[in-house]
Amino acid sequence: MAVVGYGHSRFGVRSDVNMAELAWEAIKEALETSGLEPKDIEHVVVANAGGWSSEPLPAVVVAEYAGLTGKPLHRVEAACASGSAAVASAYEAVASGMADIAIAVGIEKMNESPTPTVVEFIGRAGNYFWEFENFGLTFPGYYALYATAYMARYGATEEDLCQVAVKNHYYASMNPKAQFQRKIDLETCMKSRYIAWPVKLYDSSPITDGAAAVVLASEEVAKKLTDSPVWIHSIGAASGTANLSKRDDYSGLKAAQLAALAAYKRAGLEPENTARYFDAAEVHDCFTIAEVMAYEDLGFVRRGEGYKLVREGQTYKGGLIPVNLSGGLKAKGHPIGATGVSMIAELTKQLLHKVEPGRQADIRKGLVIAHNVGGTGHYAYVTILGLEKPKAR
Amino acid sequence: MSSRTQREEADAYLKQLEDYANAMKSALGVPVIVDPKTNIAIWFDQRELRLRFIISVEKTRKFFEGLSEGKLLATRCKATGEIFFPPQVDCPSAPNSEVEWVELPREGELVTYTIIYTKPYTFGHYPDYTVGIAKLTNGVQVLAWVRETDPKRLRVGMKVRIEVVKRQPEGYITYEIVPAEG
Repeated sequence: MAVVGYGHSRFGVRSDVNMAELAWEAIKEALETSGLEPKDIEHVVVANAGGWSSEPLPAVVVAEYAGLTGKPLHRVEAACASGSAAVASAYEAVASGMADIAIAVGIEKMNESPTPTVVEFIGRAGNYFWEFENFGLTFPGYYALYATAYMARYGATEEDLCQVAVKNHYYASMNPKAQFQRKIDLETCMKSRYIAWPVKLYDSSPITDGAAAVVLASEEVAKKLTDSPVWIHSIGAASGTANLSKRDDYSGLKAAQLAALAAYKRAGLEPENTARYFDAAEVHDCFTIAEVMAYEDLGFVRRGEGYKLVREGQTYKGGLIPVNLSGGLKAKGHPIGATGVSMIAELTKQLLHKVEPGRQADIRKGLVIAHNVGGTGHYAYVTILGLEKPKAR
Repeated sequence: MSSRTQREEADAYLKQLEDYANAMKSALGVPVIVDPKTNIAIWFDQRELRLRFIISVEKTRKFFEGLSEGKLLATRCKATGEIFFPPQVDCPSAPNSEVEWVELPREGELVTYTIIYTKPYTFGHYPDYTVGIAKLTNGVQVLAWVRETDPKRLRVGMKVRIEVVKRQPEGYITYEIVPAEG
């Protein structure tokens, strides 16, 4: 199965458009790049976490606006991995033969509510009754629990974490779709205020409106539509406990480790020293600690060594593996439901040499990897894309 | 400004938007305002929804009765011995087994923690608070507030104990992690 089209709205505070208008920006581009019209799409999946936005049935609102009414349609939720869940659901529709052409749309309109309300909704994302009702955790707070444990165990510093922000802002400065298109220095991050100790404002992804869309097609249809399909080699998915208290370890995300193992197995790759396989990675850096853990959870390096990659600049272009050349969630922005789809759209463009100069990866191996986490390791998806058609299993 | 809680600031911001919207309704008849932050036209929602959920604790009533008596209770699967905290009344690995209520030990160590400065709306009236996870002597982990908001006085692995406490200003009983070393 192949990705045959991709679309991406500008991310940011998008009060200039409503939800359907914003989704259409991505859908329109996805249709254009695939050479299709709405009538050609046979199956529609919409990712949206919602709560903070006004439409409780975003899928039907978006589909009506985009001329997709009448098709099989549903919305999926896997928190911040909803976008990957939509891609997986569209993949399943095509893989099962239900459809030859399916579209996955990710859309989030977070700025329809004031910030404290958004903080509230994301803070409730875990086990509401046992971990929010009495204790008021926030999303930065959840990841701060991991940051505290990781730094205590391995000796990583707040500077190490801030270097992730510096890198991702650097690449976002070359991405016209990014929310923050400006570089920052280490001092800016280090001097920013704590929002959930030890996580600072500049360790944190912003509140973002945005949309992304990808069109998936069966091999037969893909070959007719394009002479440069990007093939889906594998999707690995897994989950973690709702209650953070039920986790064994706070220095990595078990769900992401399991999803990576599943993805590597399906793609026929060894799960260790995995950076060697890929030209680029998009990983889930909702907070800087999350990117460091992603290096380890994906097997780029052994446990406890992720922060060293940052310290040595190994995840810039020219290093061991370039990570988040889009700017990542940190600086491109993190519209919850759109993020996973955005990763697939970005990596498709990377493989096709269609991103802006300066942040285009050197494509030599023809394989890239996306790592999308929902909540705090509550859900995880790892997706591998390639220029060569995968060998039949 | 700084004397206002985060919640009061959030309420003041929305009140300001509402005042603009009411002025526009008087002038133009529609609640369309130009957002002072973005200079963009927005509709000020005329439907305000308050959310407060009704959550069943019928099967776990004993837990709350325990809190009233100053105890922290968990459940244990009679077949497998697995202890559940938060308490649950079904054992998925032994579906026909029952659970029994057991009191948790109070001593443990701090596994991790964070201090929350930017708060959710419904916690916006509290001063900064610390959330941590304690691993008790029987291996069960409990997430709760930690009675210390200075990060220099906290460390991973420090001895802590669990206390049953009254949460103010709401005035209800819950539990808290308390550092047990100086």
